[in-house]
Amino acid sequence: MQGTLGPVGFAMPAAAHAATETVLDVQDLSVTFATENGPLVAVREVSFDLRAGETLALVGESGSGKSVTSLAIMRLTPSASRVKVSGSVQFTDGEGRKRDLLQLDLDAMRRVRGNEISMIFQEPMTSLNPVHRIGDQIAEAVTFHQRVSARAALVRAAELLDQVGISDARRRLSAYPHQLSGGMRQRVMIAMALACNPRVLIADEPTTALDVTVQAQILELLKELQTATGMAVIFVTHNLGVVAEIADRVMVMYAGAIVERGDVVPVMTRPLMPYTQGLLHSVPRLDPDAPGREPLEAIPGNVPDPLQPPPGCAFAPRCRHVEPACEAAVPVLEQADDGRQVRCRRWRAIDEAQR
Amino acid sequence: MPTASALAQPAVAVKIGSGAWRRFCRHRLALFGVAAILLMVLASIVGPSLIPFDSLKIDIRHRFAPPPFEGHLFGTDQLGRDLLVRLLMAGRISLSIGFAAMTVSTAFGTLIGVAAGYYGGAVRVALMRFVDAMLCFPQIFLLLVLAAFIQPNVVTLTLIIAASSWMEVARVVEGQVRSLRERDFILAAEMLGASGRYVMFRELLPNAIGPIIVAATLTVARAILLEAYVSFLGYGIQPPMASWGNMLNNAQQYLGSAPWLAIFPGLMITLAVSSFNFVGDGLRDALDARFDLN
Repeated sequence: MQGTLGPVGFAMPAAAHAATETVLDVQDLSVTFATENGPLVAVREVSFDLRAGETLALVGESGSGKSVTSLAIMRLTPSASRVKVSGSVQFTDGEGRKRDLLQLDLDAMRRVRGNEISMIFQEPMTSLNPVHRIGDQIAEAVTFHQRVSARAALVRAAELLDQVGISDARRRLSAYPHQLSGGMRQRVMIAMALACNPRVLIADEPTTALDVTVQAQILELLKELQTATGMAVIFVTHNLGVVAEIADRVMVMYAGAIVERGDVVPVMTRPLMPYTQGLLHSVPRLDPDAPGREPLEAIPGNVPDPLQPPPGCAFAPRCRHVEPACEAAVPVLEQADDGRQVRCRRWRAIDEAQR
Repeated sequence: MPTASALAQPAVAVKIGSGAWRRFCRHRLALFGVAAILLMVLASIVGPSLIPFDSLKIDIRHRFAPPPFEGHLFGTDQLGRDLLVRLLMAGRISLSIGFAAMTVSTAFGTLIGVAAGYYGGAVRVALMRFVDAMLCFPQIFLLLVLAAFIQPNVVTLTLIIAASSWMEVARVVEGQVRSLRERDFILAAEMLGASGRYVMFRELLPNAIGPIIVAATLTVARAILLEAYVSFLGYGIQPPMASWGNMLNNAQQYLGSAPWLAIFPGLMITLAVSSFNFVGDGLRDALDARFDLN
């Protein structure tokens, strides 16, 4: 029975060239909720690709559609009858087979979840079932996808706990979630998510609910595990410090649409979209010697009502650089330099003025 | 930290800590209820073999012997049968029907409730409206109509009582499951590839076990009462077999001359029903962690 479990620990990445292989190809993903006040477009024609082994950060404020995007990829949007998901999500599995996740039947999708694509959530406090021992919960995550004995699954659970840095793993197997701290629970969640060596891990604000030192530990752990397994990570966050630390590429979302996308260094050092600029300026800086010590900038106004989106650029009502043409039509995602894309009619002029 | 997170948990989780046990022990009446139930069950099981009378043996010379009379501790009835041994034999029947009806109705109600709460939508509407429809029948009339069509014995009576008392459990479970369904750990389980059956019975149900136990306990009390009603009205357990209900029925005509014939079965019913209700109340408080706040 043990033999089917595979080697101890995580499988190593298939090959170095896998780093350029696309594991997830999302095209025109839209999510519309049917509400009493009409259709609410939570995600608007989002397209992106995710390559093996990379970390893609999905950034935006609350309500920008970043969590809904990740749930839609997992086909876990609430109550299917009232939600319309369109577009395509091409997933390439370990054998190179391509499948559109949005077209899979529920059984096939269940075999993908937790096995090929896993997810961890924001709230480790509530993401574990309070009445089961954590060992059993991790072992179940193994047995959902692998035919192993209960004993072998528990052995695997202990290994996983060990790998996510929980000491004395064997003894911890019999702990209940309420006996663990938030950081420990998030480690347990990570262990469950990685139980079947997924190719893609979607981390939906995994450190938001943790205190700062624990945040750093969890980020470090995720980076280590990613190096060890070669999985691709979609990291959903609103914390730009975290983005700078772990992401390879960044995708900024605003009001359900991508507004800027590119490699992490250019986007973080020379943002083109006024919204990204605003986000970066509203991050508090800690060095007391910084020249000027200007008051923290905030982006004026609020996210537009998703039931009545503005006719033109969604950010126009809050933008400093707005001109009448911005409010006339929704701008397209333009190709900019450094292999970047930006959704702003005026990015050239704004960039010019700021140099 | 542990106390803070314990409070954040819902009113569930029997396993969590010894807090539930401690709270239960503080509930005096519930402890009394447990003791009384244990005593009744034990006495019903072993009692009849310790008493030198047979529950069916007629002894015309000692009719209506008032208690206590020559070894007949509780006296005798109109056919000279020993009342104590009949009470205990009736206890076997009544308690068995109570427990069996509780098991059947709780299992069925839980199944309906979990399915309705988990699937939601049209399934929920259909199942819960069926529950509502069942609740519209006055229970006693439903029982009497059914009992009139079906040969009454222990098994059919159990099923009839169960059929008319599963709805409350279904409602309780449906409500619990519907709210638990929205919790993060259910999404987490689905994210890991758990099947619907797994989510229903391994994730949701254990978290709803507290209210189910409480409802089940109260169902035992109600089932005993219902059996007594039906047997009292003559549609339940048939003489010469004894049940508390038909013993009361027998006693009616001799209420003036031999009141003990009515008093003892009445006391037994009262004791059994209130004991189960006390235990139910105690469990309700014990399994609800919020009572720790007081």
